Amino acid sequence: MTPRRRRALLAWLFMLPLVAVNALVVLGPSLSAVYYSFTDWSGIGAAKWIGLDNYVELLGDAEFRSALWHNIQWTIFFLVVPMTMGLFGAFALSRIRRFRLLFRVVYFLPYVVASVVTAAIWKNLLSPDVGLGATLGVNFLGSQALSLPSVAFINNWAWWGFLVVVFLAAMQGVNPNLYEAAALDGAGPLRQFWSITLPSIQPTFVFLGLMTIIWSFLSFDYVFVLTQGGPAGATDVLSTLLYREAFASLRAGYASAVGIVMALISAVVVAAYLVIRRKRGWAV
Amino acid sequence: MSIAIATTGTTAGATDTRRRPVTGRVGPFTWVALCLLLLFALGPLVIFVFSALKSPSELATNPLSFPAALDWTNFTEAWEQAYMGAGLVNSLIVVAGTVAGVCVISGCAAYAMARLDLPGAGTFMTYLLVSSTLPVQMFLVPLFYTWTTVHLYDSLFGLMVIYWGLFSPFATLLLRSFMITIPRELEEAARVDGAGELRVLFQVVLPSALPGFLTIALVTALSAYNEFLIAVTFIQDSSLLPVSTAFFTFQQGYTQDYTLVGAAGVIMALPMLLLFLALQRRFIEGVSSTGFGGT
Repeated sequence: MTPRRRRALLAWLFMLPLVAVNALVVLGPSLSAVYYSFTDWSGIGAAKWIGLDNYVELLGDAEFRSALWHNIQWTIFFLVVPMTMGLFGAFALSRIRRFRLLFRVVYFLPYVVASVVTAAIWKNLLSPDVGLGATLGVNFLGSQALSLPSVAFINNWAWWGFLVVVFLAAMQGVNPNLYEAAALDGAGPLRQFWSITLPSIQPTFVFLGLMTIIWSFLSFDYVFVLTQGGPAGATDVLSTLLYREAFASLRAGYASAVGIVMALISAVVVAAYLVIRRKRGWAV
Repeated sequence: MSIAIATTGTTAGATDTRRRPVTGRVGPFTWVALCLLLLFALGPLVIFVFSALKSPSELATNPLSFPAALDWTNFTEAWEQAYMGAGLVNSLIVVAGTVAGVCVISGCAAYAMARLDLPGAGTFMTYLLVSSTLPVQMFLVPLFYTWTTVHLYDSLFGLMVIYWGLFSPFATLLLRSFMITIPRELEEAARVDGAGELRVLFQVVLPSALPGFLTIALVTALSAYNEFLIAVTFIQDSSLLPVSTAFFTFQQGYTQDYTLVGAAGVIMALPMLLLFLALQRRFIEGVSSTGFGGT
């Protein structure tokens, strides 16, 4: 064996654990999910090929459409509220020197708290018995109209600090001379933000925007823990629908089809990101 | 819980906070807004900790402020009743096993890609990138039924293996980017001295890549400890529940007793909060460089 081939063999030997685990946990089940989405599989026993029936059924499924619509509203909320808070927080922190590290640490704290605990914190706080809900006479998580925004708000509490930290890191890479020149020209903070900061951090901004879309369509923990999709389906999202179909209704084939739709949504966004990145020439 | 590798070197300037000249004065409005955000982040946490130290009757009359008398019994009760003690032990096992496994798996793979001139490394990197953005929900159902047939369901080891699969792609990409910055001369010198590949790996590359390993260890530990979807799906046996699902089960059953839920929640959140406060700089750097997040 030539030394070159020996080296290549050694390289693949080092890759073996990763390849094996990935095939077992990610690739294999993903490929089976594609197959099962064309079957009537219940999860146990044999699966019968039914072609596109699951996908056709999805199109007419009112629960699916309602879940998808909730995911879209969720995405819009996460593209607007946490992004604004993150950009504002990061920009303000980039302009102060005192207490910057303190603010950064505290803003990030909720991100470290597990989703189940965050859910409990806010469930207690908003509770209609002893919490804010009692004071205001509003049942935040129990109302048809307010439950979805309430769950999104709670999720955002744990999320926006992460955006502050990432945006701040990107903003600290901006050339300070640009700000000085702009200040000499009489540009105020708002103007500097629009004309210098935002264009300079564009790769990070676009990346987090697209990731926000992906994560919004996959969102599960907070809905599952806080409302289980209720009341009366008002907070049902694609993941909770999938979970119910797979493990309560025992329709594993149909649930797989929901999963494939979710993967396709991510795939479109990832592809868009790769195209943008190539066009703009951003490095990985 | 999805994972992706962030664009550009967002962390390059993260530690570089000293040189930055302060451009323009920051007005009082900005300070007020920053402090309001501070309250928003901290307030709910503080109220939650307070509630854990109150008796239920005190919580009813005095839900927000500092507890009149510190009542620690909630903690002992939550430790037993909510299985938080057992949950912490299970989580410790899972987190340790996950971190160790991810370090070995991604360490080997990153070494092959960065140093052994793996044929087809570029294609494989794209695969890892795609693999780390695949939604867990997509393959959850087949994975569940596979795990039940091979008896990895209801097993802490089975949970670990899933976490290895989920967390190692991003860890590999991150470690690879760490390893390619280590100067090759060091290795070449060792090879000239007659060291084999394994010795080069253990004596030259690994020590230099230690900060990278520490970063992925922290990020993986945080993700594995807080993870919920996989844990709730794959562990049913109440003696095996990790702390996240032990807490969830308890909270579903005792929704009315906010003080006990508070104590159990504090028990769960405290280890990660302390770890974060102790190592916050590396934590923040690691998490923000990996774009590790998810809603």
